Amino acid sequence: MPRDSLITSEDDIDVGLDLAGEDEVFSSNEGHERERHRGKRRDGDGEKKKRKKRRRKGAHRAEEGEDEVQTRHERREREKRRRAKNDQEAKGRERDEEERVQTTSGKVAKTKKNIRNENTRRRVEEEEVEVEERLEKRKKKHGSAKKEEKKEDEGKQMVKEKEREVKKKKHKKVVETSSEQETSEEEDDKEEDSKDEEMRPECLTPEELEKLKEAVDERKKLIQSLRGKPWPMKKKLVTLRESQEFVEKYEGALGKGKGRKLYAYKVMMTKKWMKFQRDFENFKTACIPWEMKIKEIESHFGSSVASYFIFLRWMYGINMILFGLTFGLVMVPEALMGRPYGSMPRKTVPRSEETSAMDFAVLWDFGGYAQYSVLFYGFYNNQRAIGWLKFRMPLSYFLVGVGTVAYSYMVVIRTMARNANESGVGDDNSFNFSWKMFTSWDYLIGNPETADNKFASITTSFKEAILEEQESHKDDNIHLTRFLRVLANFLVLCCLAGSGYLIYFVVRRSQKFALDGLENHTWWERNEVNMVMSLLGMFCPMLFDVISTLENYHPRVALQWQLGRIFALFLGNLYTFIIALMDEINLKREEEKIVKFNITTWEASLYNGTISENSTAPSITINPADVPRGPCWETMVGQEFVRLIISDTMTTYITLLIGDFLRAVLVRFLNYCWCWDLEAGFPSYSEFDVSGNVLGLIFNQGMIWMGAFYAPCLPALNVLRLHVSMYLQCWAVMCCNVPQERVFKASGSNNFYMAMLLVILFLSTLPAIYTIVTIPPSFDCGPFSGKNRMFDVIHETLESDFPAWFSKVFSYASNPGLVLPFILLMVLAIYYLQSTSKSYRQANVELKKKLQTQNEENKKKNKRAALKAQMDLEEARKAASQAAEEQKNNNASLQGQEADEEENYVSSHRLYHGKNGRNPPPMNGDRQLLASRAPGPRTYHHGNHGASGYLPGFSEPRMCRVPSLQRH
Amino acid sequence: MGNKQTTFTDEQLEAFQDCTFFTRKEILRLHSRYRELAPHLVPLDYTNNPDIRVPLALIVTMPELKENPFRDRIVETFSEDGQGNLSFNDFVDMFSALCETSPRELKTIYAFKIYDFNRDNFICKDDLQQTLTLLTKGELTEDEVLLVCDKALEEADLDGDSKLSFSDFQNMISKAPDFLSNFHIRI
Repeated sequence: MPRDSLITSEDDIDVGLDLAGEDEVFSSNEGHERERHRGKRRDGDGEKKKRKKRRRKGAHRAEEGEDEVQTRHERREREKRRRAKNDQEAKGRERDEEERVQTTSGKVAKTKKNIRNENTRRRVEEEEVEVEERLEKRKKKHGSAKKEEKKEDEGKQMVKEKEREVKKKKHKKVVETSSEQETSEEEDDKEEDSKDEEMRPECLTPEELEKLKEAVDERKKLIQSLRGKPWPMKKKLVTLRESQEFVEKYEGALGKGKGRKLYAYKVMMTKKWMKFQRDFENFKTACIPWEMKIKEIESHFGSSVASYFIFLRWMYGINMILFGLTFGLVMVPEALMGRPYGSMPRKTVPRSEETSAMDFAVLWDFGGYAQYSVLFYGFYNNQRAIGWLKFRMPLSYFLVGVGTVAYSYMVVIRTMARNANESGVGDDNSFNFSWKMFTSWDYLIGNPETADNKFASITTSFKEAILEEQESHKDDNIHLTRFLRVLANFLVLCCLAGSGYLIYFVVRRSQKFALDGLENHTWWERNEVNMVMSLLGMFCPMLFDVISTLENYHPRVALQWQLGRIFALFLGNLYTFIIALMDEINLKREEEKIVKFNITTWEASLYNGTISENSTAPSITINPADVPRGPCWETMVGQEFVRLIISDTMTTYITLLIGDFLRAVLVRFLNYCWCWDLEAGFPSYSEFDVSGNVLGLIFNQGMIWMGAFYAPCLPALNVLRLHVSMYLQCWAVMCCNVPQERVFKASGSNNFYMAMLLVILFLSTLPAIYTIVTIPPSFDCGPFSGKNRMFDVIHETLESDFPAWFSKVFSYASNPGLVLPFILLMVLAIYYLQSTSKSYRQANVELKKKLQTQNEENKKKNKRAALKAQMDLEEARKAASQAAEEQKNNNASLQGQEADEEENYVSSHRLYHGKNGRNPPPMNGDRQLLASRAPGPRTYHHGNHGASGYLPGFSEPRMCRVPSLQRH
Repeated sequence: MGNKQTTFTDEQLEAFQDCTFFTRKEILRLHSRYRELAPHLVPLDYTNNPDIRVPLALIVTMPELKENPFRDRIVETFSEDGQGNLSFNDFVDMFSALCETSPRELKTIYAFKIYDFNRDNFICKDDLQQTLTLLTKGELTEDEVLLVCDKALEEADLDGDSKLSFSDFQNMISKAPDFLSNFHIRI
C-alpha cells in the first residue's frame, strides 16, 4: 500500500511532530515510491511483447473483481472499509487545516492591513499557495487510487521528475498499483509475476539493474531499521509487509547470468543467517536468569536497588565463565586423566593426618582429603602430558591462570567503555532543573510505597534546588564544620590504622599457633584471622557512618566519602593480609629447605637400609603416605583464600539473617506490645544498602582473582556463593527491607563501581603475578614442581612441542632489543591518543561555548524582534490615528485612546523586562543581566517619545547591539 | 503443539519481532498481559488481527503503570486515536518504545510526546507546570512551580521562544545521565 503509507506519512508531518527524522522518513518513502514506479515502468517495458498476456491478466482481474471467492471478498471489504476510513480521516484533516489556514491568514490579514507589511503578506500568500498545492496533490492522489486517468497524469508527473529516464513507454499503464493495494490479488498475481521475472532480467539495462538493486537494498535497510522508527505499529506492520513483498519480488531479478545464481544463493543464505540470528537472540534472552525476580525488585524499590542485583547477575556470568575455564581445562582433565589419588606422595594424605582426614572440622577448614584433591594447586602433577590425549597439563594450568586474568580485564574494560558510551556526558550542570523535571521519575516503580517515597524525594530535591538557587552560599559556622570534618577524617584514619594493625597482629599470632600445631587450639584461635577480617568489614562501615554524621555533607557527597572509606578499609585489610601471607610464604620456604635436606638424607638412609637388607633393591615399595614432603606454600595460600571466602560468605549471610530478618521480625511482632511505635520510630526496618553490598561483592571478586591460581576451586565456590546470595538477598530484600527514603541515582554510579572493580582487579592480580614471577615453586607439589620458575613451562613447551624455528623466532621476538622499542611504541601511541582526546575535549568545550553565545544571541534577537514588532505596531497605530485625525478631526477621544494604549504598552514592557531581570541565565551572571537590561529602558524611551517618523525603527537595533558588542 | 491454541501465526510473530525490540516469548507474554486486562474483550486467537481496543481506564491499572504519574499521557501518546484506547498493536508499540533496548533517539521522541500535554508539538509553560504538579503531587507552592518552570525553560530553551521545541528537548535530554535508566519499563 504505497499510497496509503505516503499519505499517512504526509499527515504525520502536518498533524504529528515536525521532526527531522520524520522528514527523512517521508523523503525516503517518496524515494521508495519513485523507485517503485520506475520498477513498474520497467515491468511494462519488460512486458512489451507480452501485452496479450497483460490483457489477459487484466481480464482475469476484472473477472475476479466481479465474482470473488467468499473469503477474499470479505478481506477486500475490510480493506476497502479501512481505506475509506483513512480517506475520510485524511479529508477531515484537510478540511481542518484549510480552515485553520484560512483563519490564520484572515487574522494575519486583519492585523497587517494597516501596516502595509508586504513581505509578511507575501509569505502568507505563498504559504497559502503551498498549502493549496499540497491539498491539490493529495486530492489527486486520493482520486488516483480509484481512477485510472489521474494515475496517468501522475505517471507523467513522475516522468517529468525524472527526466534522465528517456525511454518512452506508451503502454505505461501502471496497472500494478491497484493490484498491489490489495494483497489478495497480489497473491494471485504472484505466479504470473514470477513468470515475468524470469523474462525480465534480459530486458534490463545495467544501470536500471543498479537502481533496482539500490531500491532493494534501501528496502532492506528500512526493514532493519523499522523497529527504531517512531511510527504507530499499524504503519510499521504495513511498511514491513510492503517492503518485504518488494524485496521478495525484485530480488530475483537481480544479478545476471552466472552471477544470478550466486546472488540468489547469497540472498538465501542471508535469510537463513538472519533467521538463525533471531532464534539465537531469542534463545539468549530466554537464558538470562532471574529476569522476573529482578523486575519485581525493580518495581518495588526502583532502579538503584535493582542495579545491585543486575550487577550481581553480571558477576555471576563472569564467574560462570571463569569456572568453565578452570573446571573444563584444569580440574576435569586432572581428575580423569591424571594419576589417581594415592599413587604418589603429593596426591596422598600423609600418615600423620590420616586419622583426622575425614573429620568434618578438618574438611570444613579445607584440610585432610580436601587439601589433597583437585581443589588445590598441590595435587597437580608435573607430568608434561597426561592421558591418551597427551594433554599438556602444566601448560594448561598456566595458561588458564593467565587467561582468567586476561578475560577479566577484557570484560571489565569493555563494559566500562560501553557504559561510558551509553551514559550521556552529564558533566555540566547547565540543565539542572530540566533534568530534574524530565528524567527524575523512575518509570520502573510500581509499588505505592516506593512511589510515595519517590514523590517526596523529588519534591525535596526541587525545594533544595530552589533554595540553592536563591541563596547559593549560606554557611552558618564554617570554622566549626571545618574542624568537625578534620576530626572525622582523623577518626577514620585511626580506625583504618587500627584495623590494619589488628589484622597484622592476628595473622602473626595465627602463624605462631600454626607452628605449635593447630590441634592444641580452640576453634576461635584457628579461625581468628578470617573472623577478625569479617567482623572488621562488618562493623567499621557502621562506625564510618556514625562518624560521617559529624561532617554535615550533602548526602550524595557523604555517600561518596563513605564509599571511599570502606574501599580504603577493605583494601587495607586485604593488603595487610597479603603481607602477612608473604611472611608466611617465606617461613614455609625456609621450612622447605630443611625438609629438602632431610629428604635427601632420608632417601639415602632408606636406600642404604634396603641395600643392607635386601640385594634386589629397586623393587621396594614405600606407601606414598609415608614419604616425607615439603610444606607446599602454594596450597597453603590457596587454602587461606578459600577459608577467607567461606568465612566472608558466612558473615554476609548471618548479617543478613540477623540484621535484616530478625530485626524485621522483632519490629513487626514486638510492635504490638511496645511503648513506642517500633515501625516508624527507632529500630524500624532496615533499608537495602546498595553501596555496601556492591563493595562487598567487588572485594569478594578481588579475592577470587587473587587466589584462583592457587586454588582452582575458587571460581566454583564463588559461583555457588553468588547463586545462593542471589536467592537469599532477593528474598531478604522483598521480605524485610523498606524502600529507601532518599533514592539515589543508580546510573551515575554505575561506572564508578566498574572503575572500582578495575582497580581491585589490578590490585589483586599484582600480588598473584608477583608470586608467580619471583618465587620458585615448591619442589614436590603442583604442576610446576622441579622448575626454577612457574613460567618456565612456556619455554619448555616452545622447545619441545614446537618446531625449532618457532622457538628461535620467539626468542628473537622476546629479546630486549625488540621488546623495548615495542613498549616505547605503545607508550607513544598512548600519548598520542591521550593528546588527541584532550584536543577533542577542548574542541568540545569551545563548541559548547559557541553554542551558548549563539543561544544568547538568539534570545536577544528574538527579544529584539518582539520589540520591533511592538514598535511597528505602535507606528501603524499612530499612522492610523493620524489618518483618522485628518479625516475626522476628532482629537480628544482619539488621544485618550492612544494614551490608554501607550500605557498598556509601557506596562507590558515593564513586565517583560522585569521577568528577564529576575531570572538571569546562569552562565553569564551579571554581565548578561546588564546586557539584557540595558536596551530595555532606552527602547522604551524611544518608543514613547520619538514616536514621529521612522527613527525609532532604525535606531533601535543599533542601540540594542551596543551592549552585546561590549560584552564580547 | 497439539491441543495448544495458537495465538499468533509464525508470520505475525516474525513481523512483530521485526517491528519491535521484543523476542517471540516476550510478545506472547505481552499478549497474555493484554488479555488479562480485559478477558472478555480480547480473544485468545489473534491470527486474523481483530480490531479490538482496550480503554485507557483498564490499561492504567497495570502494575507497571499504576504508580506512574504520567500514565494517562503515556497511554494516550501511544494510542492511535489519541484518546487512550489501545489496540494490541499499540500496546506492543508502547512497551517496545519503553523497553530497555530501544535507542535513545526513539525514547526521546516519545518522551517529548508524553510531556507535551496539549499536543501542540512544543513543551510550553503549561506543559511544564502540569509535569511538575504531577511529579511532586502538587506539593510545591505556586511561586515555586513558576520559578522552576522559568528556570527549566531558561536552561533548555535555545531559540528563545520561551517554549521547548523538539530540538531543544533533544539537546537537553541527550546529556541527561539518568534518562535511559529511568525512562524504561520492564514488562
